[in-house]
Amino acid sequence: MAKAKGDIVIDIERCKGCELCIEACPQDALEVSRQVNKKGYLYIVKVEDTCTGCESCALVCPEGGVTVYRVQNKKKTQVAQVKNITSDINITVKE
Amino acid sequence: MNEKTMLDDDHYENVIREESVCTSENLVYERPETLLDTPLHYCPGCGHGVVHRIIAEVVDELGIQEETIGVAPVGCAVFAYNYLNIDMSEAAHGRASAVATGIKRVLPEKYVFSYQGDGDLAAIGTGETIHTCNRGENLLIIFINNGIYGMTGGQMAPTTLPGMKSTTSPFGRDVKSMGAPLKITDLVAQLPGTYYVTRQSVHKPANVRKTKKAILKGFQFQKENKGTCFVEVVSNCPSNWKMTPLESNKFLEDQMLPFYPLGDLKNPERKEK
Amino acid sequence: MKELKLMKGNEALAEAAIRAGCDAYFGYPITPQSEVLEYLSREAENRTGMVILQAESEVASINMVYGAAGTGKKVMTSSSSPGVSLMQEGISYIACAELPCLLVNVNRGGPGLGTIQPSQGDYFQTVKGGGHGDYKLIVLAPSTVQEMADFVDEGFELAFKYRNPVMILSDGALGQMMEKVELQAQKERVTMPGLDAWATIGKPVNRDHNVITSLHIQPDKMEEINIHLQKKYRTIEENEIRVEMINCDDAEYIITAYGLVARICTKAAELARDKGIKVGVIRPITLFPFPINEIAEAAGKVKGILDVEMNAGQMVEDVRLSVNGKVPVEFYGRMGGIVPTPEEILEAFEEKLLGGAK
Repeated sequence: MAKAKGDIVIDIERCKGCELCIEACPQDALEVSRQVNKKGYLYIVKVEDTCTGCESCALVCPEGGVTVYRVQNKKKTQVAQVKNITSDINITVKE
Repeated sequence: MNEKTMLDDDHYENVIREESVCTSENLVYERPETLLDTPLHYCPGCGHGVVHRIIAEVVDELGIQEETIGVAPVGCAVFAYNYLNIDMSEAAHGRASAVATGIKRVLPEKYVFSYQGDGDLAAIGTGETIHTCNRGENLLIIFINNGIYGMTGGQMAPTTLPGMKSTTSPFGRDVKSMGAPLKITDLVAQLPGTYYVTRQSVHKPANVRKTKKAILKGFQFQKENKGTCFVEVVSNCPSNWKMTPLESNKFLEDQMLPFYPLGDLKNPERKEK
Repeated sequence: MKELKLMKGNEALAEAAIRAGCDAYFGYPITPQSEVLEYLSREAENRTGMVILQAESEVASINMVYGAAGTGKKVMTSSSSPGVSLMQEGISYIACAELPCLLVNVNRGGPGLGTIQPSQGDYFQTVKGGGHGDYKLIVLAPSTVQEMADFVDEGFELAFKYRNPVMILSDGALGQMMEKVELQAQKERVTMPGLDAWATIGKPVNRDHNVITSLHIQPDKMEEINIHLQKKYRTIEENEIRVEMINCDDAEYIITAYGLVARICTKAAELARDKGIKVGVIRPITLFPFPINEIAEAAGKVKGILDVEMNAGQMVEDVRLSVNGKVPVEFYGRMGGIVPTPEEILEAFEEKLLGGAK
């Protein structure tokens, strides 16, 4: 299966530079910037164009500072609905 | 916005972002509505923020923002009500589950949860915790266990690991004189009043997903009046553990998790299968 | 429909709670007030659906009250002295968070575990604070079983009018003794209007979330809250003083006393009048707000005042502040659970104010 195409937007003013997202990113797409934000934190930036929109960075971010996008092709939208964990649970119950 | 930020923003815009990807139809993850804009006061890398966000996501997904009342503890999460856009009550130290009981008893149709740390829930509030669980109050207790008193500056908690240093166990926790860590989640799992008891963490993406499922179940079981649901989240405290966030997560995995193993301690729904 | 019954003070209070449309009671057994919890446990739920919960401690009870009162329901608890001591932290939180609720202290002898007999040793704790910080309870002091019942509804009215905890300060004798009591008709359990402004009942889409808290970490904000509270207490002082003046019009001497002791003092005053000494009794019904002006005014017309209490002298400090040195204020008290007789009060009066028996 071809790699999914994704992107993220980091709310740099929320970011505290904890680097948990860097470690979580399976694509090694994130780095600490060389600049600080208004609060004085070295925030995180995306430096590699390898993002698949897997959400790992957003999941571990304690600040709720990451928005994730993933290119949706038709096949994927039918199968996945990944975002909604509620539907995951419903499926489990049905089983 | 200061100059430096702008510079970097430009860099970011020009080099990396592909506008075609960042469209509303491609949006797969954003901050939940119930998590307010207010920047969190927690230290960098602290697990509290993740659990707050998970609660907000679950409230949004279940569509129960209008029917949910939370109870904040005394401890680092004392300001939880500044971040969660739901009605909330701030309890005295250790009494969150009693406060939650009071709310739930007079508003039995609403969703009620308490959010408590280890000092709050397993030291000063042990009595309330045990009896709330023993009565099987239909509410959800979310227990953040990071093995230390965060807000007061790193004193020994009931859950501090044997040998672990804190400001009040500067030579390491000596279980002979200070007692062994209290595994209160194991304790409440023994009580007939609890329905669903689980221990999770939020240090890795997969664990975050599991914790979210656990909290979701906690709310769903509450709807069905099943009894007390108890979700422990083994978490970190980089500042008071005197570690970087990454080091703290490694410590959590290497030291905390062997002592506090993850998984369901009580889940009747699973047994049925 | 009103109803006449012979009841224990504690039971009359419990019955009145049901009839006042109280939504919930959280309590813990302690002598001499356990009848409240017992009575409610067997009567309340079937009749009105009122929530009754025996908590694991007084600490838990008061925090359950805090949670439930935060939803704007009519909520109450009761206890006796040592139990009320345990509740003080929670009461301070409730006062700061401005939650309406009804508290009852069936005072027993202290300090410590003390006795289970009646006492008024908790006046300071109840009226001056008890818990930490600058706060006030509205304090109602019944002297009859009838008032044990009446003050429940009145207490809830005051609690909601001012969003302030109200304490009924009773004692072990009033709680245990039986008297005729006229019970009010059953009130509906109704949800108060206007709760959306502050109560934690679940946030509708169109309003901001409500937060019940007593934490204001910025000192300027905390001072603002304090100023607001003090302003409220001044309003309460202006509007809510209740005091009974018994035969004070022609009195040459006054006895001040509250609660059950005021009744004994009324008898002592009668005995004095039999001897030709004109004695009146001032009975503060609200201990906060305290009837300062009434006592000050009366002090201007008499030769001396005797304050009588079942303690080592607590309300007497407020009487002296009210009198402000105009006339001598003497004190007579019994402690540890002893109830004084009219004769010994008369004797004390004669000795302290007249220089010996007349």
